[in-house]
Amino acid sequence: MSGLRVENLSYRYGPKTALDDVSFRVEAGQFCVLLGPNGAGKSTLFSLLTRLLVPPEGRVFIAGYELGRSPRAALARLGIVFQQSTLDLDLTVAQNLRYFAALHGLSGRAARMRIDAALDQLDMRERAGEKTRALNGGHRRRAELARALIHDPEVLLLDEPTVGLDAAARRSITNHAHGLTESGKTVLWATHLTDEVYPGDRLVILHQARILAEGGAAEIAGDMPLAERFLTMTGADA
Amino acid sequence: MRLYWTSLWAILAREALRFVQQRERFVAALVRPLIWLLVFAAGFRAALGLSISPPYQTYITYETYIVPGLCGMILLFNGMQSSLSLVYDREMGSMKLLLTAPLPRGWVLFCKLLGSTAISVLQVYAFLGVAALFDITSPGWGYVTVLPALIVCGLMLGALGLLLSSFVRRLENFSGVMNFVIFPMFFLSSALYPLWKMAESSRLLHDICAVNPFTQAVELIRFALYVEVNWAALGWSVLALAVFMAAALVGYDPARGRQR
Repeated sequence: MSGLRVENLSYRYGPKTALDDVSFRVEAGQFCVLLGPNGAGKSTLFSLLTRLLVPPEGRVFIAGYELGRSPRAALARLGIVFQQSTLDLDLTVAQNLRYFAALHGLSGRAARMRIDAALDQLDMRERAGEKTRALNGGHRRRAELARALIHDPEVLLLDEPTVGLDAAARRSITNHAHGLTESGKTVLWATHLTDEVYPGDRLVILHQARILAEGGAAEIAGDMPLAERFLTMTGADA
Repeated sequence: MRLYWTSLWAILAREALRFVQQRERFVAALVRPLIWLLVFAAGFRAALGLSISPPYQTYITYETYIVPGLCGMILLFNGMQSSLSLVYDREMGSMKLLLTAPLPRGWVLFCKLLGSTAISVLQVYAFLGVAALFDITSPGWGYVTVLPALIVCGLMLGALGLLLSSFVRRLENFSGVMNFVIFPMFFLSSALYPLWKMAESSRLLHDICAVNPFTQAVELIRFALYVEVNWAALGWSVLALAVFMAAALVGYDPARGRQR
C-alpha cells in the first residue's frame, strides 16, 4: 500500500477544535488538492502530517509507513514545501540544497547528482550559484520544490505554495507540481484558491475542522464552476 | 550511521558558516568580557582583598580571579544567544526543516548543541588570548586542560539555552530571559567574588550561589586552568547537563504541541 492515508485525525488547541475526525486517502500517483478557506484547519493538518505535532487520536500513513510508529521511515519518504519559506537567504541555491541533502544522509557525488536532477526538473539549474536572497518569489518557491525532491520522496506535501506569487509564477509552479505525478509521486496540495484545481485532480474540501467533500474535482463541481460550488458549500457559514 | 554523520557535519558546517557571516557577534562576544576584565576588575582590585585559596598558590590579582568567571560568561551568553537563534529559526521556519528530517529529534538537538558549543569554546580561547596580551595568564598546560572543562560547561549552558528555547514562544520574551536567567546566574555565582566572601555578607546568598550550576561551571574552569580537576564541580556540571538536556527533549516533544 502506498500513497497517503489519513484516518480519524482530531486535534484541539485548548477548547478550540482545529480538526475533527478527518479521514481521506490519496492513491499513489494522484494529485490531490486540499481546498479550504483560511482557518479551515489546513495548516494544523500539515503539522500533523509532518510530525511537527503528534495527534492524540488518529493515524497517518505515508507510503505505507505509519507516522506514529515508524516516524523516520515515513519522514524519509516525504517531501515537504512549507507555506512559509524555509530557505536560508544567506546561502546559494546549491548550498541550501546540499544542506537539506545531508539531513537526509546524502553527500558527495550522490548528493550532487540528485541536486542537479532536481534543479533540472524545475528549470533552476542555471540559478544554482545564486544567493537565494537574490531570487524572486517564484524562483524561491521553485528552489524549495526542487529541494523537496532531492531525496526522491514518494509523497509530496505542499502547504499553500503559491502564497504571495504573481499569476505567471503561480501558474508555473502549479504546472510543475502537477507534472510530478507522471513519475508516480503522490501530491497533496493545500490551497484556498479554486483556480489551482485541475479538472482531473482529486479534491478534498476542508471547512471548519471537518471534511465537507471528497472525490474527483469534476464530480464535486457538478454543473457549476468549482469556484461557485466551493462558495456555496462554505459560504453559508462565512 | 551514515545519515547521522552527514547530518552532524551539515549542521556543524552551517553553524560555522553562520558564525563567520556574523563577525559583529564575535566581536561583541569578545568585547563584553574584556570590558569586565580591563575596566571593572581594574577598578575593583583595590576594593576586594583576596586570600589564597585553591587552586591558587600565591596571592593573585583580581583580574586573574575573574578570568574563569568571564570564560563562563562567554559560554553563558553564547548558550542564550544560540537559544535565541533557535526561537528565531522556529519563527522563520528553518527549524521545521530540521524537525521533519528523518532523524531522531534528540540527535538533531544534540548536533545543534555541539555546534554552538564549538563556537563558544573558540570565543573563550580568543578571550584568553587577548587577556594574555595584557599579561593575565595561566600556567601553559592550563590552556590545554581547560578545553574539556570548557566543552562540558559549554554543553551544559547550551542545553539550558535549548531548554529555554523550547518554552519561550516568542522572540520578544527574550528580554525576560536576560533578566531572570542570565543576570541572576552570573551575579549569584563565584564568577566575580569567591563564595567565602559571599558567606561573610549573607549565608543564604552563599547557599544559593553554591547550588547555582553556573558556579560549578566557573569552578570547573578555574581549576582546569590550573591543571587541576575539581571533581565536585565536574559532577554537578555533568548532572546539570543531563537534567537540562532531558528537560529540553521533553520540551521539544511533538506530542506536547509546542512546535507550531
